[in-house]
Amino acid sequence: MAPMIEVRNLTKEYRIGQQQHHSETLREMILRMAKAPLNAFNGKAAAETFHHFRALNDVSFDVGEGEVIGIVGTNGAGKSTLLKILARITDPTSGSVKIRGRMASLLEVGTGFHPELTGRENIYLNGATLGMRRAEISANFDEIVSFAEVEQFIDTPVKRYSSGMYVRLAFAVAAHLNPEILVVDEVLAVGDMAFQRKCLGKMKEVSHGGRTVLFVSHNMAAVENLCQRGIVLKKGEKVFDGSSKDAVQYYLNNAAGNVGQSEHVIDLDLATNRKSPLGKLLQKVELFTDDDRPLHEGLPIGARLKIKLHFDLPRPTESFNIGIGFNNIFGQRVFTAHSCFEPDRSLESKSGRQVFVCDIPSLTLVPGAYSTFLWLDISNAKADSIEEAIRITVIESDFYGTGKVPWNGTFVLPHRWHLERADVDSPKLIERA
Amino acid sequence: MKSHFELTIQPRKGWQPIDFKEVYLYRELLAFLVWRDIKIRYRQTVLGGLWALLQPLIAMFIFTFIFHRLAGMESDGAPYPLFAFSGVAAWTFFSASVSQSSNSLISNQQLVSKVYFPRFFIPLGAIGAFLMDLVLSLLMLGVLMIYYRWPLTWNILELPLFILGAFFASAGAGLILSALNVSYRDVKYAVPFLLQMGIFATPVIYPMRYLPAKWQVAAGLNPMAGVVVGFRHALLGSPASWPLMGLSLLVSLLLFVAGLLVFRRMETVFADVI
Repeated sequence: MAPMIEVRNLTKEYRIGQQQHHSETLREMILRMAKAPLNAFNGKAAAETFHHFRALNDVSFDVGEGEVIGIVGTNGAGKSTLLKILARITDPTSGSVKIRGRMASLLEVGTGFHPELTGRENIYLNGATLGMRRAEISANFDEIVSFAEVEQFIDTPVKRYSSGMYVRLAFAVAAHLNPEILVVDEVLAVGDMAFQRKCLGKMKEVSHGGRTVLFVSHNMAAVENLCQRGIVLKKGEKVFDGSSKDAVQYYLNNAAGNVGQSEHVIDLDLATNRKSPLGKLLQKVELFTDDDRPLHEGLPIGARLKIKLHFDLPRPTESFNIGIGFNNIFGQRVFTAHSCFEPDRSLESKSGRQVFVCDIPSLTLVPGAYSTFLWLDISNAKADSIEEAIRITVIESDFYGTGKVPWNGTFVLPHRWHLERADVDSPKLIERA
Repeated sequence: MKSHFELTIQPRKGWQPIDFKEVYLYRELLAFLVWRDIKIRYRQTVLGGLWALLQPLIAMFIFTFIFHRLAGMESDGAPYPLFAFSGVAAWTFFSASVSQSSNSLISNQQLVSKVYFPRFFIPLGAIGAFLMDLVLSLLMLGVLMIYYRWPLTWNILELPLFILGAFFASAGAGLILSALNVSYRDVKYAVPFLLQMGIFATPVIYPMRYLPAKWQVAAGLNPMAGVVVGFRHALLGSPASWPLMGLSLLVSLLLFVAGLLVFRRMETVFADVI
């Protein structure tokens, strides 16, 4: 069967000069046109003054029927440009896209909403803008209103809505679009937490309904959870195409921006906030994650963290220990790893360069930045210590396998829920009380 | 259940034909855009739709007082207030349509950069809403004609033709100006001024016979000249001048077609430069 979307060698070039062109006044245009023949005479092409920028470079891929694809990439990777071309808002510079089926694109919620119009009027207007038929909107009207939870205000101009109500109504209209192909931008990054979860649920419903969906997002958990396949864009090029899980992993390892340190080896010689009564003994730290892969970027929730510590022992001793304290951004200690907790610790006497490895199979801290306090004890006294020695960033990921990111509290723990039959005795309990 | 919609997106260069199939597909949206403009026009005003009547009415009083009473200008048959009102009604439609539609793409930036539909719906939608104002003011003219006991003639049957002419003229100008406005914001400043001057280049306050004989037909190059004369012919039974009216209608039609073509050619870059 022919693919629903066929993207071939898609390239979009912007002329940086076009920005100037944009604000060019008529006078400048006349001046430029007057000069043009002169420039041509001098052999100077006008285009030479432009600087070209490739927002999208030779991107090709197919999307089959019913496939749900996530497009990830950092800002400026070309995601939005790709969406804009697919949505027919802008033309590609070269290449082509074939689309087979009724497509709706959602680059923003509430496009075309007018503040002076009532909720009811805006539902119709926005629906029509997104390509819905009048009859289609009428058929879904009640459902849209109840999804948005704005029943009482449906005949109030939306300019009097709270921003939450506004966004809910806008998303509700979009969620009831019923195309064969849906192209969605990060519209989930709106509204309060509760509504975001509701939207995510709706997205899941949509994507499980056999619809072909192209989903662009920064929310890795959502991509992992909603999509089967993922494409990673970097500087306008497709650098990865595979399962969404692998795509997210690839993105985190290679494409992500400045999340935490980009170097997995940290030279402690450069550390500033340090107390070293016995000299600078702590040398360097190496960070690894699952499968001993160097950790360059953020660590997904619950992933393995392996810290390799290089340090010197000036004299032979069997009484030495390493401590690593994890502090959250409020400076609160959330976890301490210490080698004295190791039951199988060998107590041989050692001296000279040592490598001590701390292996945390699953770092179950909530997403955020953590700094570590690192110290070396010799004979139960602090020999060398460094504050904020390493920065670890735990990034949003699908720890619970539901697409929902834990954000509250300090750590995550695997846990389950189930409903049990209500106890028949409980009414009596209340009576007794 | 797979539909047979198929669409190819690729670079467009040069002149683009009008995609009538697509226009048909999106027809409901055009209606919605017109409806939206009508709805919001007089929202939160006390007088509401009355504004559509007050503007030409006040203009009629002022013009009658200054040009008829003070300057002694005569109409071409009908009482001067009727003469002025019919001219002002046609001109107000044109000038309001052109100024609104030339700014329409800019004021609907969000639509242009976030969602696809035939782009020329935006300037055309802006004009559609003024057609309603025109109808209202023509009804007002009817009331005035009863007051002045001025008879309606069978010429009224020609009215749709001139309304169409007025629509073509304003749509043509609106399409070109709105497209230019995307790149050159000068349009925003030039248009109000040109429209202010335009009323004098059009026989709104004076009858055609005041013009020298050699300009009687050439004046038709201004599409609104023939339209205004045509309005008066149809509504008030004023003398017709078919060479002038014909020329104006032809110019209107050409302007409209040119407007559509220019707009289609320029629309490929709207989202990038707006």
